Amino acid sequence: MSVAAFAIIDYGAGNVPSVEQALKKLAVDSRRVTQPGELDHANAIILPGVGHYAAIIRALDQHNLRSALLGAIASGIPFLGICLGLQALYTSSEEAPAVCGLNLLQGSVCSLPRSVKLPHMGWNRLRVRRPSTLLKGLSETDYFYFAHTFAAATETPEVVATCDHGVSFTAVIEHNNICATQFHPEKSGAAGARLLQNFVSLVR
Amino acid sequence: MKLARRIISCLDTDGARVVKGVKFGGLRDAGDPAKLAARYNAEGADELVVLDIAASRDRRPTFLETIRRVACELAIPLTAGGGIRTLEEARSVVRAGADKVTVNTAAVERPELISELSGELGTQAVVLAIDAKFEAATNQWDVRVRGGREPANLDALAWAQRAVELGAGEILLTSMDRDGTQAGFDVALTSAASRAVSVPVIASGGAKTPQHFAEIFSAGAADAALAASIFHDSLQSIRILKEFLASQNIEVRLPC
Repeated sequence: MSVAAFAIIDYGAGNVPSVEQALKKLAVDSRRVTQPGELDHANAIILPGVGHYAAIIRALDQHNLRSALLGAIASGIPFLGICLGLQALYTSSEEAPAVCGLNLLQGSVCSLPRSVKLPHMGWNRLRVRRPSTLLKGLSETDYFYFAHTFAAATETPEVVATCDHGVSFTAVIEHNNICATQFHPEKSGAAGARLLQNFVSLVR
Repeated sequence: MKLARRIISCLDTDGARVVKGVKFGGLRDAGDPAKLAARYNAEGADELVVLDIAASRDRRPTFLETIRRVACELAIPLTAGGGIRTLEEARSVVRAGADKVTVNTAAVERPELISELSGELGTQAVVLAIDAKFEAATNQWDVRVRGGREPANLDALAWAQRAVELGAGEILLTSMDRDGTQAGFDVALTSAASRAVSVPVIASGGAKTPQHFAEIFSAGAADAALAASIFHDSLQSIRILKEFLASQNIEVRLPC
């Protein structure tokens, strides 16, 4: 069974094809969105992201997607941010201090400490803080693929799971219809597919 | 909870087919890249690297098609490279489905290429490949370019550090002294490089036994280890390799 289209915000990030393919394997139709009007009829919205914080925020603003995205999220459409797509939800990032994030979550995104190898690159496990839909059927023994240097602090109540690399940081967010992962579920094997399936279940 | 050490499977291709070489020399056909990719994905490889070792311009569309076919089979990260000289070429490799690009000779010739790539794709997407060969006369590891054929007159460790300053997010370090020998990874080279840079180092060249992998992760301080032929020829199962590493208290992602 196929559900109606998921909108993948395509601002030129490299991982859009991977996300499309991961959804296809779950029998979910998706389409790439580059214009604000295209978000109107989305059943769910995914904001993938790799690269620089300034690039994702500027791209959203250049395509006039910021207000449409905020409107869609406010209307209750399930949203999944991946990697930079998680960081974009915050007020700002140390990576680009002059740039204003989406400000849906309070707090700042900071560099992981220099005491460990950066980027935090590879497979790591989670510390689960509370039960969530996204992590249903998954546990602290599952590995997920991370590739990032900056990360969000863990104090906020929206944090469902954290990860450690030199410091504890936010790995999974679930707050009403706002979901996000610092890792790449589309690149995280069977565990990642399960997480995406859990997100899809929020839509049905 | 610790970051797992990665086992990376490498496919050297002539654009379309996987080929196998010994000491940067003679080649033989080793199979279809998409089929091998599917197998490694299922066996628990943590990442896949696809290199176009022919890297000729006229075969570039073929290689991009190979990346697309391989990416379709994977739910793990994919690094691709071989002959990437410009940002535009790197973009096309990423658009074809690679998560990271690897550069080698072109970065030695024009180091700013690294900054151009990391500026647009992010440091996490830029892997600097270094082919290093020990020179007894100077007592250092020299960088070799053009598939290992030519000396670059650069100290490998200094080059790795410079590349990281320019924005490389990872170093794929191949020991030319060990490549194809199956005598084990180069522990001295890898540990020196791993300590010299702040980014992850992938050890490559010389792998045969599970003990070789355990050694490069412990004494060699490698963040990841790459091999090709021992996996292609089924001399070494990735699953059994990872079970062995786990038994040696090395953090690995065990496939379910």
